[in-house]
Amino acid sequence: MASESLTASDYIKHHLTNLTFGQHPDGHWGLAHSAEEASAMGFWAIHVDTMFWSIALGALFLLLLRRVARKASADTPVGMQNFVEWIVDFVNGIVKGGFTGHNPMVAPMALTIFIWVFLINFMDLIPVDWLPQVVTMLGSGLFGMDPHHVYFRVVPSTDPNATFGMSLAVFALMIYYSFKIKGVGGFAAELTLHPFSSNNKLLQLVFIPINFLLEFVSLLAKPLSLSLRLYGNMFAGEMIFILIALMYGGGWILGIFGGFLQLGWAIFHVLIITLQAFIFMVLTVVYMDLAYQVGEH
Amino acid sequence: MNINLTLIGQSITFFVFVWFCYKFIWPPLIHALEERKKKIADGLAAAEHGKHEQELAEERAKEILREAKNQAGEIIIRAEKRAAEVVDEAKEDARAEGDRLLTAARAEIDQEVNRAKEELRGKVVSIAVAGAGKVLEREVDESAHAELLNKLAAEI
Repeated sequence: MASESLTASDYIKHHLTNLTFGQHPDGHWGLAHSAEEASAMGFWAIHVDTMFWSIALGALFLLLLRRVARKASADTPVGMQNFVEWIVDFVNGIVKGGFTGHNPMVAPMALTIFIWVFLINFMDLIPVDWLPQVVTMLGSGLFGMDPHHVYFRVVPSTDPNATFGMSLAVFALMIYYSFKIKGVGGFAAELTLHPFSSNNKLLQLVFIPINFLLEFVSLLAKPLSLSLRLYGNMFAGEMIFILIALMYGGGWILGIFGGFLQLGWAIFHVLIITLQAFIFMVLTVVYMDLAYQVGEH
Repeated sequence: MNINLTLIGQSITFFVFVWFCYKFIWPPLIHALEERKKKIADGLAAAEHGKHEQELAEERAKEILREAKNQAGEIIIRAEKRAAEVVDEAKEDARAEGDRLLTAARAEIDQEVNRAKEELRGKVVSIAVAGAGKVLEREVDESAHAELLNKLAAEI
């Protein structure tokens, strides 16, 4: 579906650019008209598409769940309640199995992460050009924008901002509860007194910086790996969908072949999006559990 | 691939969503699940209890049936005994009645015989008196010879 005026690399680049709102270098606020302009905006810019879809999908499932929760009763569950209860029970089982501390916030967080990340990832299954095309038509039709400068990415988890935002939030909770449960001393001890320890005071003094270096890196690796795993998987999946979509511009034989490829990849991708949502949830539960473990070493 | 404000916006969104879920979604759902779990457990316990009760009731019913059978048997035996008694009594009564009737009949017969004898005797006396009168050809003074006549009559 690449339009004739675009080369393949332009098409891909177009698909990988977010709709960015921010301050232009000349001082006025507005949408970026190119990837270069978007980068020039620096930190004080926001990806409108990422925010829109993540908030819309989150609000959608939360409202849906709220409706079910309001009517939830212990009688025979029907329809939607059945489905929601199945997910809740599933998440509850994982949290009960993986989280040994006592915090009523962890299970709802796991549920939120699982459904939210799943829905965000699910956007990847919608053919790559549909929603951007709609937005382009809206943008050029209603607001008189240049169609080539309307960028739109529909999968928030292919935006590292979104995955890092979530993993940093999890990381912040993890640090908060580490301090709260273990105290400053306990947390510091956890970071400095292992894996290497010695009864010799002098040797122990030497070990502390080494331990700290190792533990600090492993601590930082947690949010980084959490977000990069999701981002990498979804970005790669989206990239393959974009490449397949390029085939539709290469004549109808290639187009039909591309159609089958897209179908196959989408079916496989169903597994990936579910798995990634699941992994994100389980790792969050595990990290929270680590924050709650006292005096294990 | 620019890191920008979206990062912070996403974090805030995350916290808001988690808070909303924690506050409004999780508690009613998990409450319903727990309540149903309890309900099912209670139901199963009640079923178990009911089954036990039924077994007890069946046992009791069997006991009552056995007792009733025993009682019925006893009653039949008593009734048979009573019937035999009644028959015996009736036989006894009939025999006594027969004896009584027989005795009465005998007494009556004796009476009849005595009366006939008396009559006969009276007649014999009068015949004898008449005969003796005829023989003597004269009138015998009955009052004078009454003792003699009576003696005669007793002898006949």
